Amino acid sequence: MAKAANEDIKDASNYLRGTILDGLADPVTGSLSKTDQQLTKFHGIYQQDDRDLRKERRKKKLEPAYAFMIRVRVPGGVCSPQQWLDMDGIAREHANGAIKLTTRQAFQFHGVIKSNLKTTVAEINEALLDTLAACGDVNRNVMCNPNPNQSGVHGEVLELATNISNHLSPRTAAYHEIWLDDGSGEKVKVTSDPPLVGEPADGEEPIYGKYYLPRKFKIVVAVPPSNDVDIFVHDLGFIAIVDGDDEIAGYNVTVGGGMGMTHGKEETFPRLADVLGFCSPDQAVAVAEAVVRVQRDRGNREDRTNARLKYTIERMGLDSFRDEVEKLLGFELEEPREFHFDGNGDRYGWVEDAGGNWHFTLFVENGRVLDTDAYPLMTGLRKIAGIHCGDFRLTANQNLIIANIPSEQKETITKLLEEHKMIDAHERTALRLNSMACVALPTCGLALAEAQRYLPSLITEIDEIVEEAGLRHDAITIRMTGCPNGCARPYVAEIGLVGRAPGKYNLYLGGGFVGDRLNKLYAPSVKSEEVPSILKPIIHDYAKNREDGERFGDFVVRAGYVAKTENGRDFHADFVQPELAV
Amino acid sequence: MSFPDLTPLPPEHQQLARKLASGLDRDQAFWLSGYFAGIASGDAASATTAPDQPRELTILYGTESGNSEKLADDARKQADKQNFKARTLDMADARPSDLAKVESLLVIVSTWGEGDPPDGATSFYEGFMSKTMPQLANLKYSVCALGDTSYEEFCKIGKDFDKRLLDLGGERICDRADCDVDFQEAFDKWLSGALAAFPKPEAIATAVAATGAVPAEVVYDKKNPYQAEVLEKFVLNGTGSSKEVLHVELSLEGSGLTYEPGDSLGIYPENRSADIDAILAATGLKANAKLGDKTLADALRTDFDITTLSPAVALKYNKIVGSEELEHLLAKDKKEELKEWIYGRQLIDLVETFPNQNWTPETFTGILRKLNPRLYSIASSLKKHENQVHLTIAAVRYCTHGRDRVGVCSCYVADDLQIGDKTRVFFHSNKNFRLPESDDTPIIMVGPGTGIAPFRAFVEERVSRNANGKNWLFFGDQHFTYDFLYQLEWLDFRKEGALHDISLAFSRDQKEKIYVQHRLRENGKKVYDWLENGANFYVCGDASRMAKDVHQTLMDIVAEHGGKSPEDAKAYVDALRKAKRYQRDVY
Repeated sequence: MAKAANEDIKDASNYLRGTILDGLADPVTGSLSKTDQQLTKFHGIYQQDDRDLRKERRKKKLEPAYAFMIRVRVPGGVCSPQQWLDMDGIAREHANGAIKLTTRQAFQFHGVIKSNLKTTVAEINEALLDTLAACGDVNRNVMCNPNPNQSGVHGEVLELATNISNHLSPRTAAYHEIWLDDGSGEKVKVTSDPPLVGEPADGEEPIYGKYYLPRKFKIVVAVPPSNDVDIFVHDLGFIAIVDGDDEIAGYNVTVGGGMGMTHGKEETFPRLADVLGFCSPDQAVAVAEAVVRVQRDRGNREDRTNARLKYTIERMGLDSFRDEVEKLLGFELEEPREFHFDGNGDRYGWVEDAGGNWHFTLFVENGRVLDTDAYPLMTGLRKIAGIHCGDFRLTANQNLIIANIPSEQKETITKLLEEHKMIDAHERTALRLNSMACVALPTCGLALAEAQRYLPSLITEIDEIVEEAGLRHDAITIRMTGCPNGCARPYVAEIGLVGRAPGKYNLYLGGGFVGDRLNKLYAPSVKSEEVPSILKPIIHDYAKNREDGERFGDFVVRAGYVAKTENGRDFHADFVQPELAV
Repeated sequence: MSFPDLTPLPPEHQQLARKLASGLDRDQAFWLSGYFAGIASGDAASATTAPDQPRELTILYGTESGNSEKLADDARKQADKQNFKARTLDMADARPSDLAKVESLLVIVSTWGEGDPPDGATSFYEGFMSKTMPQLANLKYSVCALGDTSYEEFCKIGKDFDKRLLDLGGERICDRADCDVDFQEAFDKWLSGALAAFPKPEAIATAVAATGAVPAEVVYDKKNPYQAEVLEKFVLNGTGSSKEVLHVELSLEGSGLTYEPGDSLGIYPENRSADIDAILAATGLKANAKLGDKTLADALRTDFDITTLSPAVALKYNKIVGSEELEHLLAKDKKEELKEWIYGRQLIDLVETFPNQNWTPETFTGILRKLNPRLYSIASSLKKHENQVHLTIAAVRYCTHGRDRVGVCSCYVADDLQIGDKTRVFFHSNKNFRLPESDDTPIIMVGPGTGIAPFRAFVEERVSRNANGKNWLFFGDQHFTYDFLYQLEWLDFRKEGALHDISLAFSRDQKEKIYVQHRLRENGKKVYDWLENGANFYVCGDASRMAKDVHQTLMDIVAEHGGKSPEDAKAYVDALRKAKRYQRDVY
């Protein structure tokens, strides 16, 4: 089998340069060449277009409304109030006026036109953030648990997340040359110290090489009992093992999780990570590099749908994968330690930590920060950022923690939260608070159906059933994506909806509440308006017949609505066409 | 066989023809007529087609997922084995007019979503379904439609093609196949049936129909405008724009009218009903009152200017109304005051502010000017769009003194004129805005906003003439994303090599305002070099500011890059103008 097309693109790109500069200089089209569109992903930039307008614009003799999505890396999801203000300004000045908080603790801007791309990336750089490797076949934003009330431990895991992120950043100078060159030829200051973005002495990427990785690569760090980062759905994870003295003894290393699959191709499937072993805190960065190197050399470079680490591990087996990692490390991983997770959601509202600082977790529906007449969220956050002296933390569930508020400032911030109707943003059904959707239409090129524009209204319908059944305060995870690639991690949701065609979704049930079990297809290609009536009898059954403390996902498996998915390769097995109540 | 006196052949060829014609049997004569018809249509290949030559087959496909493309490729291979000379044609790269000369056609096309064509095939599909598609009388065809029965509009696009080809005069030689998701079997069956159904390759004898243009007996002009049918009308700006620029296509079919790029088209507007009603209400006149052989309302609609307020109209008005206050305003020494009062006002404001109870249809219309036609720079070349004329019209709408106002003609076109309607038009020749005589002369075209119209015509014309001269366009507007008029066409022209350079200025995409004159200045050296190499320089659009700024910039460029004093630069530019190398169409 031949090399996948992207492999040639990477090879010919001269370390991610391609002809991006020429493309930016062409004023007649808002688009970049197909090849450069692949390369800009490595720079955190996706070309998209407003798909709602395609037809109209062709008629009007206009090319599609091309604009770029820019993803900003925020290792561990922590940013300063000044950085928040900078992002807010960029969103309003160059993008479509909204900030999207992603499911991977990054900022996303949509609607930046080509002629403003360079300025925007430069301004992000001036805010001491960057977009390098936010997308593409490299290690992307490294996530970690924001844990505001365990700040001692949090400081250490955040440091690990940042160290891994820095260590695995591409070294090519292309990012610099394209986005940050001020025309004088002089190198502009980059975001990190030591600089992330410098020409390597031998002209080669020391870790990646010129082909980079076969596919995207995602790393997270979790601190039990919270699994808000969904550790099992990422390529590589570190579970902090905290000892009795509130010190991190080390990390359980997890490998081979991943969400993406392709409709109709059963050889593709979501998979939960396996625990590989245990390492000490000072070994963690080396372990990350070793896992990346094994995937670099052993990952499938012929078929991109089979290229993620999860398939490499399926093919090699966990033991021989561990052998290769340990060979590179020169030491053996220890036996994994005990750990326990109790959920993957966020805890909303106020919490005080041991040091007397306060933290407010704000529910941000689908991570969309924008102003509407009814809810001036963006303005409110801007005002808070103007006076806040702690920091902001993006959660893995697209929410926002206003963190480390000294007790003397709590009253002022509370007032701002009230004035802008944010204080009770989380007074919703537990179902809505545990919901998540990806961007999808109209801008995402992969979307087959709606997601973030549609899920809120679908939940309003399901909410009626939930209230009827007396489950207002019972958390059930519900996640929707517009395509099977899984950005909102739908395959670990208790209720997962994955777009197939406009208005049609595959309905999955039975994911583990803490993100430790994949769900199973319950009904394929369901019309969206039928979803509430299909769920209604199941939700009522759950309300009536659940055992004490039993989660919805566990219940539907026990009650036989779906078979239990033991591991990824059985994801498509045991599907039984249900008799639907529609 | 004798040749009529009007024969276009020189004597020696007449002799040859006579010699050849004598002694031909019927079949031979038919074959030869086809041979010459082939030469006449410029298709040398078919002219030399011998009986054993393979039949040319076009396999047109529209693909989203790649299935149709693959099937088209399979079909080509299969056809080549059966003595066809087949080629595949992707709708994404083709134009509907490419089908004009095709005689044998297979169409393979899929349907998406709720009955949409594949994304890349949409323009082709829309053009193909539109009124502008020519007849396809000599076409034999068959269609294979791909689709998914789980959608309501199963195989809609394939069905559309099938029906449209038939309507255009094509002959369906094999029934359409409608294939579901598992298409292979149905496709194979269709392909073998379709290939077998084409007539065996043979000499094609074409009887050339006698065609004679019927001379137009009526001459249409400003006095006797032609009633042109609106073929197409839409707003060029994308959703999100604050502009409203219309693209309008009118039919000249049967009028005998022609025009040159650079000419203008006059349109006789009609006043909008809201303005007529307001005037009737303010004057107390009845809509159905008679004026000559028309009702007053009809006369106000088509004959009189009921919006423009000028000092002359105000003067006439007050001769009848005799308002002291208005008299005061009209005093000779109050010219500035009057001008200020008139600014932003229209006739209705005058009638409402200085009312009169004793109007008759005759007295009121007596003060009015005739409703004059408006001229618009033509945006098309006849060589590219046979029997059509295209316009680019900005709808003028604004609000002053608490009242919504419109440009009479632009909003007549925007709001009242619908596709299929007829409107009164005439041509206005503009000898001072012409392409260079030599097709090798380079041209620089500066046309922001609707000023782009004649340059679309220029470039279309030069493409149709296979002109070698270089074309450089300067265009500007508010936003790249919404206001880049005819963007897809400029991209196509560039791809074809017909647009050698293009400089764009979008004023509101960044903090500082950028206009075409800034782009001219940035490219000053190159502009000067082009001029030195004989380029013509054209400006079209806003006269009040843009044309002045561009003129000044041009002189500055000549001074700077030609190393000239301001006086010499002015002389240089004046000389360009005298030599008709610097031409303007500004308004």
